[in-house]
Amino acid sequence: MAKKRTIRTIPQARTPPCERPPHERVRNFEEVSSSYRIEDALRESDRCLLCPDPACVAGCPVNIDIPGFIRKIGEKDYRGAYDVITGTNLLPAVCGRVCPQENQCEAPCPVGETLEPVAIGRLERFVGDMAIAQRWTNIPYIEPNGYKIGIVGSGPAGMACAADMAKAGCDVTVYEAFHQAGGVLKYGIPDFRLPNAVVDAEIANLKALGVKFECNTLVGRLFTIEQMLSELGFHAVFIGTGAGYPKFLDIAGDSLNGVLSANELLTRCNLMRARDATYDTPMELGRKVTVVGSGNTAMDALRVCLRLGAENVHCIYRRTKAESPARAEEIHHAEEEGIQFHWLTNPVELLDDGKGAVRAMRCIRMELGAPDESGRRSPIPIPGSEFEFETDMVVVAVGTNANPIIGQTSKLKLNRRGYIETDPNLAASLAGVFAGGDIVTGAATVIEAMGAGRRAAASMKAYLGIRDTEVVYRPERKGSAGKLFGIDIGERNYARVHVA
Amino acid sequence: MLDALLGSGFEIVTREDFSDVTYLLEVRHPLMAKAARPGQFVIVMSQEHGERIPLTIADYDRERGTITLVIQAVGKTTKEMQQTCRAGTKLHAIVGPMGLPSHVGSARKIACVGGGLGIAPIFPQARAAKEAGAYVIGIAGFRSRNLVFWREKFKACCDEFIVCTDDGSEGVKGPVTEGIRLAIDKHPDIDEFVVIGPPVMMKACVEATRAHNIKTMVSLNPVMVDGTGMCGGCRVKVGGQVRFACVDGPDFDGHQVDFDDLMSRLRRFAKEEKLSLERWLASCRMRSPAATPPPVPSVPWSPPRVDENLAIEPLLLPDPFDEAKGG
Repeated sequence: MAKKRTIRTIPQARTPPCERPPHERVRNFEEVSSSYRIEDALRESDRCLLCPDPACVAGCPVNIDIPGFIRKIGEKDYRGAYDVITGTNLLPAVCGRVCPQENQCEAPCPVGETLEPVAIGRLERFVGDMAIAQRWTNIPYIEPNGYKIGIVGSGPAGMACAADMAKAGCDVTVYEAFHQAGGVLKYGIPDFRLPNAVVDAEIANLKALGVKFECNTLVGRLFTIEQMLSELGFHAVFIGTGAGYPKFLDIAGDSLNGVLSANELLTRCNLMRARDATYDTPMELGRKVTVVGSGNTAMDALRVCLRLGAENVHCIYRRTKAESPARAEEIHHAEEEGIQFHWLTNPVELLDDGKGAVRAMRCIRMELGAPDESGRRSPIPIPGSEFEFETDMVVVAVGTNANPIIGQTSKLKLNRRGYIETDPNLAASLAGVFAGGDIVTGAATVIEAMGAGRRAAASMKAYLGIRDTEVVYRPERKGSAGKLFGIDIGERNYARVHVA
Repeated sequence: MLDALLGSGFEIVTREDFSDVTYLLEVRHPLMAKAARPGQFVIVMSQEHGERIPLTIADYDRERGTITLVIQAVGKTTKEMQQTCRAGTKLHAIVGPMGLPSHVGSARKIACVGGGLGIAPIFPQARAAKEAGAYVIGIAGFRSRNLVFWREKFKACCDEFIVCTDDGSEGVKGPVTEGIRLAIDKHPDIDEFVVIGPPVMMKACVEATRAHNIKTMVSLNPVMVDGTGMCGGCRVKVGGQVRFACVDGPDFDGHQVDFDDLMSRLRRFAKEEKLSLERWLASCRMRSPAATPPPVPSVPWSPPRVDENLAIEPLLLPDPFDEAKGG
């Protein structure tokens, strides 16, 4: 580095991504914004002050060495940047897209005190996309340690845990109930935010690490957690099944046709490809769609309906925009695309068209009262403010409850809300069983689930007595026929080197 | 070894045709055969672009490592499966066993009522009750004699057996509720009824037993996607509460179930399903029979034909138990 960067010497404005114009993007499911071009990434990397005590790393749930990879981008060593990121995060292309960076790594960025913070997420995505395009993989030399690890659920928590355990030398099997791996990344997040091809590329990386995926396997019912530890011979099990038991509105008309959960809408559209005529899964679509709720799932549902061809799409939320749990960027994108938001509005009844389908929604206006236990001001209905609102499809995105299957089929201790109870190390009440992600915390974000998966992996290693090592061993005999797993010896690795 | 079994795919070992619309598939899945209990169901995807359809497990053989499904060709997917699924072919996906197993309780005298296709899923429940030492009365309802299947198999696990046909071509003439009436007349001490069939038949049966205040369990089969509680498409109203058939059921107390709500929700995709079927039938007609000869079936069967009733009752399409108008 020639000269020390200061806030005055760096490029002042944040490098904008190349976003497709709203009127064009609502017509299809292609991604809203494309990756940074190389010159964009180089310019944005110059905005990083490369702090010696980086606050961004502490803000990241998986503690990626952020200045480390940005420095590599600046040196035009993109492969090096990829190696730095994959040291802690196996899924840069996913996280660069879906993490709420504005609340995590980008929030404490000192550049953000005077200017806009460094676009860490976009840089991460740049590296991740380049890795997919260049088919880079970081497959360390793995020495099998004989431990068998079972992972329940192939979503972000399970994938993160699987990666860490596989790198430590364990024989890892991931079970998924759907016919495709990826969990919420596949069925939930729509293609215009996270293409399924990106998820598949990241899964291919895991498979290259030796992780086995078993789809069409409903753990709990096909075999129980207890059976995994006894009959199936797993030494430890991680449960990352997600929250997934959608809440409904609990008002009259809740079960009318045309009323569905956001999970159902997204699954039909994203995983089952109902929008494509060559797929058999059906999908009803209203002309005037209303989505209740204002989280990230609600934003996805709104924008999916728009792309499926709804004439107008409304969002109803009982608080204001400021209290919305969705990422600011998602709300911004939705507004740009023409979603109509109705803040401080709550549904009270769904009205029947006489044929069992929804015709309209009766709503009431709200005002904000005193803050509740979550710190947000709680909405209070304004008496006499009820009004009728015509709609022929209502998508409910007001959160989820705990999925009951694991609780029904194992002796694991649950908390009073039905989530799996764990200690601070994410160990559940059965020896050798760990849990993390939404099934422990309730609905949260992809990166938080991945963070939990990694923390559980660390506890699992401690439980099994696997010593984590960052030391790179050199192989004893160079080039011993085909046993090197196709890896360049000079490459940076974080797991043990093995020559069979 | 178990891993190897899991990865072995889902081969169809046997196919048997009961009529030109009803067929049986026996699928190899040793782990599932081991885990399955009466009352549970599976979700099947016949091909990669297919939809996920829930089917109640009709039988399981732990020694052979297979599970048995009985399917009625009513919509596009089930008609397509009737053409493509043969012994030796594979299903793209099958997952299960799903749902809470039926509670095989302390009932000393139990009546198992199956309407039409419902005979298949009621059979393992009757067998389990018999094995638990109960006195089992089997009641089977069909539209007509030529649609009767599994007569001997069902009869073998019952102490008493009543067949009802709508046209009187076999057994008692009349709907299954007639059989229920006969059973209650003869055995006023029946502890429990288990009823599986089309919703309209279950509704009638539930009304028939309500008057006698006899506990009646029904098995619901609403529209669902994942079968793991994640989508909420299968929500049903039971005792005024919203329950998910896939994880809270599929068995519920019939006297508490809101059948009108269930039947209304089953019509949810009627339009889409009718369209999809019409499109598929048209594409079948376009294919010249010489170019793609249908594979020779192991058992004689008639090729699927357009259901004449379709135009009249398109709204009943989603109901896989549609054949029996038991109620």
